Amino acid sequence: MNQLPTAVPIGVIPTPLQTRLEDLSTAKSWTNWAGFISPLVLDTVEFEYFAIRNQSTLFDISPMHKYRVTGPDALRVVNRMVTRDVSRMRDNRVGYALWCDEEGMVIDDGTVFRFSDSDFRICCQETMHSWILDTAWGFDVDIVDESHQVAGVSLQGPTTFSLLSDAGLTVAGALKPFDMAEVEPGLWISRTGFTGDLGYELWTSWDKIAELWDRLWAAGDHWGLRAIGYEALNICRIEAGFIAAGIDFQPVHTAMRLHRGRSPIELGFEKLVHFDKGHFNGRRALLKQKDAGPRHVLRKIDLAGFKPADGALLYYKKKKEVGHVTSGVWSPTTKRNIALAEFKAPYGYSITDDLWAEIYVFEEGVWDKRLVPVTFEDKPFFINDRSRATPPRPF
Amino acid sequence: MGQHDKFDAIIAGAGHNGLTTACYLAKAGLKVLVVEKNDWIGGASVSRSLHDGWTYSNCSYVCSLLRREIVRDLELPRFGLQVIPYEGGASFTPDGDYFAYYSDHDALRREMFRHSPADVDAYERFSQTVIRQCRFIRPFLLRNAPDPSSLRPRDLNELLFLLKKAHGLGARELGETLRFWTMSIGDFLDEHFESDLIKAHIAGAGIIGTGLGVYSPGTAYVLLHHYMGDVDGSIGAWGFARGGMGAIANALGACLEEAGGTIVTGSGVDEFLVKDGRITGVALENGDTYEAPIVASNMDVKRTFLEHTEEKHLPEDFTRAVKRFKIRGSSGKLNIALDALPEFPAAPKGAPFLRGDMHCSQSLNELERAYDDWKEGRWSQQPYFDMLIPSQIDPTMAPPGKHMMTVFVQYAPYDLEVNGIRSGENWNDETRKQFADCVFDKIEIAMPDIRKHVLHAEIRTPWDIENEVGLTEGNIFQGELTFDQLLFNRPVPGYSQYRTPIDGMYLVGSSAHPGGGVMAAPGANAAREILRNVGKGNLMPSHAA
Repeated sequence: MNQLPTAVPIGVIPTPLQTRLEDLSTAKSWTNWAGFISPLVLDTVEFEYFAIRNQSTLFDISPMHKYRVTGPDALRVVNRMVTRDVSRMRDNRVGYALWCDEEGMVIDDGTVFRFSDSDFRICCQETMHSWILDTAWGFDVDIVDESHQVAGVSLQGPTTFSLLSDAGLTVAGALKPFDMAEVEPGLWISRTGFTGDLGYELWTSWDKIAELWDRLWAAGDHWGLRAIGYEALNICRIEAGFIAAGIDFQPVHTAMRLHRGRSPIELGFEKLVHFDKGHFNGRRALLKQKDAGPRHVLRKIDLAGFKPADGALLYYKKKKEVGHVTSGVWSPTTKRNIALAEFKAPYGYSITDDLWAEIYVFEEGVWDKRLVPVTFEDKPFFINDRSRATPPRPF
Repeated sequence: MGQHDKFDAIIAGAGHNGLTTACYLAKAGLKVLVVEKNDWIGGASVSRSLHDGWTYSNCSYVCSLLRREIVRDLELPRFGLQVIPYEGGASFTPDGDYFAYYSDHDALRREMFRHSPADVDAYERFSQTVIRQCRFIRPFLLRNAPDPSSLRPRDLNELLFLLKKAHGLGARELGETLRFWTMSIGDFLDEHFESDLIKAHIAGAGIIGTGLGVYSPGTAYVLLHHYMGDVDGSIGAWGFARGGMGAIANALGACLEEAGGTIVTGSGVDEFLVKDGRITGVALENGDTYEAPIVASNMDVKRTFLEHTEEKHLPEDFTRAVKRFKIRGSSGKLNIALDALPEFPAAPKGAPFLRGDMHCSQSLNELERAYDDWKEGRWSQQPYFDMLIPSQIDPTMAPPGKHMMTVFVQYAPYDLEVNGIRSGENWNDETRKQFADCVFDKIEIAMPDIRKHVLHAEIRTPWDIENEVGLTEGNIFQGELTFDQLLFNRPVPGYSQYRTPIDGMYLVGSSAHPGGGVMAAPGANAAREILRNVGKGNLMPSHAA
C-alpha cells in the first residue's frame, strides 16, 4: 500500500501518434487541441495545403471528443439532442449536425455516426458528456465517453482511394460520401472529412492507431502522402465552406457574455433544422426565430483584391459598420479571396448590395487598409466532382 | 468551296494568349471564332500523351507568370486549372556533391554557408534587389506600354504612371533598374556571389529561352522576367499545372466555350484578308474563309506579317522593322517517360530539392562556352538544362511508381551546322539522337543510371518547335526579351499597343508587350484594347496596379 502519490499531467500530452509526428516535424510548430499536442504545421503550410488538394494527407484527429450512445432509446436521445432528424439517416451513415440549448443557441457542431437505431457516436470539438446525460434524462440509454478509447486519422486528398487500395483497403471504394463501414475487425472507415475533397476518416482503438498510421504511411509512396497540421487543413475547410467552433461561432456553453450565442439558422443551417420531427432541444426558440428572422447571418463572401480578409470589418455604403470576417484566406485552389463573415441582419440577409470589407494589412512595419467590395457565394468555394465520384477516381 | 461564316472577331492561333483574348471578347458579348492549325489547342501550353500512360508538358513545363488577375477574371480553376507549387531545386557536381536551393529559408542559408559563407548574406541582398525590381515591373504587365511620342491622354497617363513609379524608386534604385535592364546576368552575379556553383545555379533564369550568353548584356532582365511571376502571391515561385501545361489552355478553351465562343482546329490561317487597308477576315489552308471586322493574330509578329499577310498591305518601314525583329531559337527539350525514379547518389533519399528544378552546370564560364557552341551553329557540348520530374508531385502525369521527366535544354541552334552548311534541315533523327545523347551524358552527373530507366523520349529542337507549334525559329518568347524589343519597342516601334498597320487587325501573342512566358498578359491587354476600340471598354475588368 506504499503507492507513490500521483497527479494528472500538467500541460499538453501526446496522442498515440505523437512519436510519428515528432519525427516528421521540421517546423516544430504545435498547438493545444483539447489538451493534446497537435501540429499546426509539420513542414510548410503551403506544401501541406497542396498535398490535400493534389495528393494525400494524414491528420491525427484523435483529440476529437467521441461519445457513444447505445440502448433502446438511442435514436430518440440523439434526435432530441440535435436539430436534424437522424431517423431519416440510414444505418452506417454519418451526418453533420448541430445541437442547441433551449434558447436555440448552438452548443457545438459535429458528426453523428449511426451504426443502428440503438447505437450512435457523436464526434465533436467540445466536451459534451453532461449535456448528453441531461438530454437523456428519463430515456433508456448508455452513454460512454470514448474520447480516449477511439482514435482516428483523417486521410484527405484526390489520391486517397488509390492509397487505401495499396494499403489493402480497396473495399473503401464502395463507400459513397458519408457512408461508413467496418472494413476489418475493429477498423472503421467513413468517407468524411473537413476538406470538401475526396477523403476518408479511419477509426480504430487508441492502442492500434499507430499501427494503422504505419500501414497507411507504407502505402503512401506513390501517392504523395504527407502528414499535415491544422493550418493547411484550415484553408481547405474555409474553401469547403465549413464552419469552425470558437472561430465562426462561439459555442454557447463557453460564452460568459450575454447574447454571444448563435442559432443554426443564423449560421446558415436552417436546412438542418427539422421542425417536423417532434421535440428537440431549442425547437420552440428556433421556431420563433424562423418567424422573426435572424439577428445575425453568417455568409460565404468573395472579396476583391488578394489580401486575406481575416479580421476585416464590414461596412454598408462604406460607412456603417455591419459585421466582421470570422475566417478569411486567399484560396490557392480557386484563386479567389474568400471568407466567412458575420453580418448584423438585415445586412447580408435582405440587404446584399453596396457592402464593403476593410482589410487590414501589416507589411514590413507599416499598417495599411484596403476597402474592397464584397459579393456573396451560396455554394462552397471549392467544388470538384472528384470529391463525390463513386467509385472514386485514382487521382 | 469550303466553309464560310461571319463573326465579330477571329483569333488566329489557339495559344494561351489567343484563347485569353478570345475569352475576354466572348465574355463581352462578341461572337468569337478561334482558328488553330493543329488538331489540338494550346500552342506551346500543351499536354500530349505520346507514350501510353504518360502525359508530357511538351513545350512550356512550369507555371508562374500566368497573371492571377486573369485566372480570377476568367475563373480558370472552375474550368479545371489547378496550379501546384514545387519546392526549390539543385545543381549537381561531377564530384558527387550538389548545391540545393531549398525553399526553406534556414536550410538555404545553411546550404549556402556550406559552399561559401560570404554568399549567405550576399544572397539576402541579391534577393532584395531582385524582388524590388520585380515589384517595380509587375504593375506594368497588365497595362499598355506607353507610347512616349504620343500626346493622346491615355498615353500621357501611362507615361505619367511609369514616371511616377520610376521617380518613387529614388536615385539609387532607379540606377539599379537601369543596370538591371541592360547588364548581363554574369556581371550581376559576379558582383554578389563568390561560389561558381551558386552563380551557375542562379544564372539559368537569365538565359532560358534567349539567344544570349550569361555575359551578354540584357540577360539580367531575362532573369527578372523569370522571377516576376508568383504562385499565390509568393513572388518568384513556380509551379506545375495539374495535368501539364495543357491544363491552362484547356481551362481557357472551356471558359471560351461557356462564353459562347467557337474553336475550329485542324487548319491554320493561310492568309489574313485585307481590303482598302482594313482587315476583312481570314482564309484557311483548307480553303475555308471566315469574315470579321476584327482579326487578332496569336502568331508571332514575323510569321503573321511575313508569311500570312500580303506585303503590299504594309508600310515599308513596318515590314523592315518586322524583318529585323530578333527571334532566335536557342533551346530544345527532352520529354522522357521513366520506368522508375532514377537514383541520385549525391542526395539523401526523398530530399525535397529533387522535386524542384535540377541542373548540372558548374560555372558561368561553362555556360558562356555553351553559348559559344550555339553561335557556331552547334548544340552545346556542355549544355545547360532545367530538368524536373513533375510526376513526383502531379499524380496525373505517369502511372504509379513511374515518372515523367521534362528537360529544357540550352543551347540548341535552329539552323544546325553540318559540314559547313547551316540549316534547320540538318535536324534529322540522327542529329536529334546525337543531341539527346549529349544531354543524357550530362544528366548522368546527377543520375548515373538515367539511361536504363528511359522508356520513351520526345526530342525537340528549335526546328521541331517551329514546325509543330509555329514559333518562328523555335523562339519560346515569340521574340528576344532584350531592352531594344521591350515596352514601347515591342514588337516594333510605333506598334506597341497591339495594333498593326492594318485597321482592325491586332497582335495578341508574346511578340507584343510584355512578352513571353505563359503569362497571358499580352492576350488580356490586347483584348482590352480591342474592346475599347469597339466602344466596349467598360466590359473588361480593369486591373488595379
